[in-house]
Amino acid sequence: MTEQRVVEKREHDPGTPVLSVTGVSKSFFGVRVLHDVDLELFSGRVHGLVGENGAGKSTLMKIIAGVYERDTGEIVLAGEAVDHTHPIQAMRAGIATVFQEFNLLPERSVAENVFLGREPRRAGFVDNKGMASRTAELLAELGIDFIDPTARVGTLTVAEQQIVEVVKALSFDARVISMDEPTAALADNEVELLYEIVRKLAARGVAVLYVSHRLKEVFDLCDTITVLKDGALVSSGPAAELDTPELVRRMVGRSISTFFPPVVAGTAVGETRLSVADAGNAYLDGIDFELRAGEILGVAGLQGSGRTELAEAVFGAVPFTRGRVELDGRPVRIANPRAGVKAGLALVTEDRKAQGLALGQSVVDNALLVIRGVFARRTPAARRTVPGILSSLEVSSRGLDQEVQYLSGGNQQKVVLAKWLATGPRVVVFDEPTRGIDVGAKIAVYQLMRELAHQGVAILMISSELPEVIGMSDRILAMHDGRLVAELPGDSTEEAVLLAAAGHASGAAA
Amino acid sequence: MNERSIGQSLSRAGLTLVRPRGAVFLLLLVLLVWITVLNPSFAEPGQLMRFIQRVAPVAIVAIGQYFVIVSGEFDLSMGSLVTAQVVIAGNLIGQDDSRSIPVLGFMLLFGALIGLINGLVTTLLRVPSFIVTLGMMLALLGGILFWTGGAATGNPADGFRQIGRGGIRDVPIIDFLPWSALLLAVILAAAIWFSRRPFGKSLIAVGDNVTMARYAGVRVWWVKTSAFILSSLSATVAGVLLVGYAGVHPSVGRGYEFIAITAVVLGGVVLGGGRGWVVAAAAGAFALEALFTLLNFAGVPSTMRDAIQGGIIILAVAYSATTFRARRRRGPLETSPAMGKRPDPTLDPVSPALQDREPAGQRTDNGGI
Repeated sequence: MTEQRVVEKREHDPGTPVLSVTGVSKSFFGVRVLHDVDLELFSGRVHGLVGENGAGKSTLMKIIAGVYERDTGEIVLAGEAVDHTHPIQAMRAGIATVFQEFNLLPERSVAENVFLGREPRRAGFVDNKGMASRTAELLAELGIDFIDPTARVGTLTVAEQQIVEVVKALSFDARVISMDEPTAALADNEVELLYEIVRKLAARGVAVLYVSHRLKEVFDLCDTITVLKDGALVSSGPAAELDTPELVRRMVGRSISTFFPPVVAGTAVGETRLSVADAGNAYLDGIDFELRAGEILGVAGLQGSGRTELAEAVFGAVPFTRGRVELDGRPVRIANPRAGVKAGLALVTEDRKAQGLALGQSVVDNALLVIRGVFARRTPAARRTVPGILSSLEVSSRGLDQEVQYLSGGNQQKVVLAKWLATGPRVVVFDEPTRGIDVGAKIAVYQLMRELAHQGVAILMISSELPEVIGMSDRILAMHDGRLVAELPGDSTEEAVLLAAAGHASGAAA
Repeated sequence: MNERSIGQSLSRAGLTLVRPRGAVFLLLLVLLVWITVLNPSFAEPGQLMRFIQRVAPVAIVAIGQYFVIVSGEFDLSMGSLVTAQVVIAGNLIGQDDSRSIPVLGFMLLFGALIGLINGLVTTLLRVPSFIVTLGMMLALLGGILFWTGGAATGNPADGFRQIGRGGIRDVPIIDFLPWSALLLAVILAAAIWFSRRPFGKSLIAVGDNVTMARYAGVRVWWVKTSAFILSSLSATVAGVLLVGYAGVHPSVGRGYEFIAITAVVLGGVVLGGGRGWVVAAAAGAFALEALFTLLNFAGVPSTMRDAIQGGIIILAVAYSATTFRARRRRGPLETSPAMGKRPDPTLDPVSPALQDREPAGQRTDNGGI
């Protein structure tokens, strides 16, 4: 109850921020991802944090949450400098974070999750009744009456689990609650409920940091909007002074660099190599597109738009369950990755370590993996060609027998590319081909794409990096909500692609 | 580097000896020298051959277990299968030498079938192999007890028993070359060859990262099932050898699965798959048997065997785990920023999922536009 009174007092004094971040910088392995960023959160206000992929939003949020340590700068919570080195410290100090992936134990009840590690006790035993009634009180404060504190968390929907996370934050008497893309996993009707909760939190005097790339939500909810770009602060000010085009301009406003190599002379877009008609599965619907030989077709989509699912469906990892797929004019059914590989497809996956590499095996063993697993008879020939492929990609390792786990991200990605190039693919699907790799390796990947296109390989490139999509693609497909919603020319502006990918009809006109 | 270490310089080989992959050879050498000091006659060629003859079934079982473990699974049914094969041989061949070949064929088929079942249930029904093979172990054991009534029954023809106890006599220097030593050499050579084939390499890759293997088009179910078949076939061969000198008894193969796992682990093969050398696994079997021989000389009661084995399995796993962890830490360019600062999971319940939140490389954002 004391806490309640303090909250009220803070509400009367909106002039001082609850949390102020000043001059925070952060580098990972010499790459600066945050540069001298300031941020002020006020009690009872919702603060939107927006920026492109890689702008540093999540890093900033994780520094506030105590997940990462900052390199420089200071964080002041309610007038006191804090230095949290662990999420639980931040949590206890009143800074709670609702991450995209929840920290809940599915087999335990709602109340047990909320009070995990600090269960109220009575006579030495966990006071289940007290725990449940306190959880019910907290839920009631948010106006939630449909979650049973004794229900198993695993039986709840994603939206309900998110509410449990918020309740957990409240139970710590959080003064600051950060939310990372909270609507990413929600259905449309659940978003409204989340809005309601965010507003109730603000009304209670909580300072909310709302990280999102969905601009509509940011305008709907936030009082203040801070824009980050390339790890630096662009602007921070009242939401009322901004509109969508202006915000987009601030987020992306940069010229496309000369970073992207030109099309190799003599590259010709040829016959249709892959055609997908009216295809879908549990994640995708009405997928219709044609991919031609020698073409780079870009797919732009927000997180949750189904862009990775599209890559997996084409390749057969999570196959289409309906629709028609034709390869070189012949109908094919690609029901699993093996069928995809045999048909001449390759998938450079988004998650390199989980899906792309056997980390404990050598460079050459990884590069020969697909050949050995699918085209075993071609192994002797491939053993002769693979070293050449690796050196043409300029993989720098201490030798072909070095384990790939010791390579840099860029070199690991090159090993993945070599693995697929060894098979001589006809269609290569790239899913976030340059995620987490250095600039030099990025350029090498782009050059390889151009070279492949020159050789007549059809390329489907899925990316969340707009400059990459625009810089490399011959055509761009915008994806939203599991559907391809628009086709744009390769020289579209970032604004046009972003608007189309955000589901605005205006982008579809092109 | 496994494949190449033969041709490499001595200094490199010396370094290899202190690593988990090579430590077993050093251990084996130390144990053999120690035994020889206590009992000089051990180093005589004839004695050494007897030693190899005794270890051969264990080493063969270890080679089979190696393939299963390196693919990321376990085979606990090996011991029961050894017993089952011994009982089958004892009862179906009897004193009729002419039945040897057909029954041998039947035993191989039976072994392959057991491996096939283990593999298919593990891969297609997605039951953890630990459970599948535990069930198979009990089922086979129950079947044997039912059939034999729990007593030693049957005695195969002497011709069949010669495989396990006989050999080539009057060989220069070593005097006596047991069939089982020859068989072990052939199987080891075949295992080395197999593990260098594309299929063997795929097997190791599956053990390293099964998701990746699937995305690479590897037929994961078949690769793993083959490993189970190989392991069951190796148990079958071990059974054939054991009939020769151990006799037909329902407890003859008892504990073989654990001996095999201990040997494999001692050979530096990492549980969970993806790492290890088949020769080291076989050497692990020799080191283990040498240790028991040594303890025997030292007057340690043989009833302590299981306890010692338990200790070894824990120590060997701990040793290889810490060594690999240290190497990983030292490794340059670990790209995930989360690695630099992993919350201590013992501190609070919030952290474990926090670690999971950074699955791939340098993800500073979660991927929106």
